[in-house]
Amino acid sequence: MRRDVFQAIADPTRRAILTLIALQAMTPNALAEHFDTSRQAVSKHIKILTECQLVNQEQNGREIYYHFNPQKMKEVADWLAPFQKMWEERFDRLDNILENLKAKENAK
Amino acid sequence: MLNKNATKITAEEGKQEFFIEREFEAPRELVFRAFNEPEFLLQWLGPKDMEMKIDKYDNQSGGSYRFVHSLCNGGGEFGFNGVIHEVASPERIIRTFEFEGLPERGHVSLEFLTLIELPDNRTRLHIQSVFKSVEDRDGLLQSGMEGGMNEGFRKLDEIFANSIVNN
Repeated sequence: MRRDVFQAIADPTRRAILTLIALQAMTPNALAEHFDTSRQAVSKHIKILTECQLVNQEQNGREIYYHFNPQKMKEVADWLAPFQKMWEERFDRLDNILENLKAKENAK
Repeated sequence: MLNKNATKITAEEGKQEFFIEREFEAPRELVFRAFNEPEFLLQWLGPKDMEMKIDKYDNQSGGSYRFVHSLCNGGGEFGFNGVIHEVASPERIIRTFEFEGLPERGHVSLEFLTLIELPDNRTRLHIQSVFKSVEDRDGLLQSGMEGGMNEGFRKLDEIFANSIVNN
């Protein structure tokens, strides 16, 4: 079975899980609250992410916490590249809106 | 499309802030409108693959806002909110930002959006975001992976498609 970064991020729910735990380590319960799917479905995604080494599990007292492993993500891209890409896409859409607004202003 | 303006993101190692800079081929008043009016925000701010809703947008000094991004496959909802410290049209917006998905409150950042008039009806946008800790900042920078990852996938799809054609 393929277990690498690309497999990990191939699924939108897994990308959402990574987005959440990149912001802060989370317990299984805290994580499951964000998804409409069953806890089992979320656990299955976590298992895949763990096998892909993008998620580490740490026992803290009674609770398990899921941590994001940014080192592994560096295999895909420079760490700022995805954030940069997200803003470039936003600004490209903004360029189009501004072009339309300018055209409207000129038509007045 | 016109000549494309570059997006410059600066995040120095170990600091609690990042900067975004970008120029636009439009006068400052128009850029400000695109940042200030919900109708336009909805068209550009939401990440790809997510639907964006504006729950509240009282964009004036002392106002507040709340946005919700939903995964299009029904996978989950992500709320963001903040209070607006100052709206000085058409040059500046200062506001707080908090992601609601964290188990504890208080991971708030402070955003300064500045629009600078350039010659030939052009505008420079400058965003500064200041965080409570370096960890908070790095977490948010990593959470932006959604957009870039999808871009990566389209490229992979193309590679796969080409290899099928070639074989």
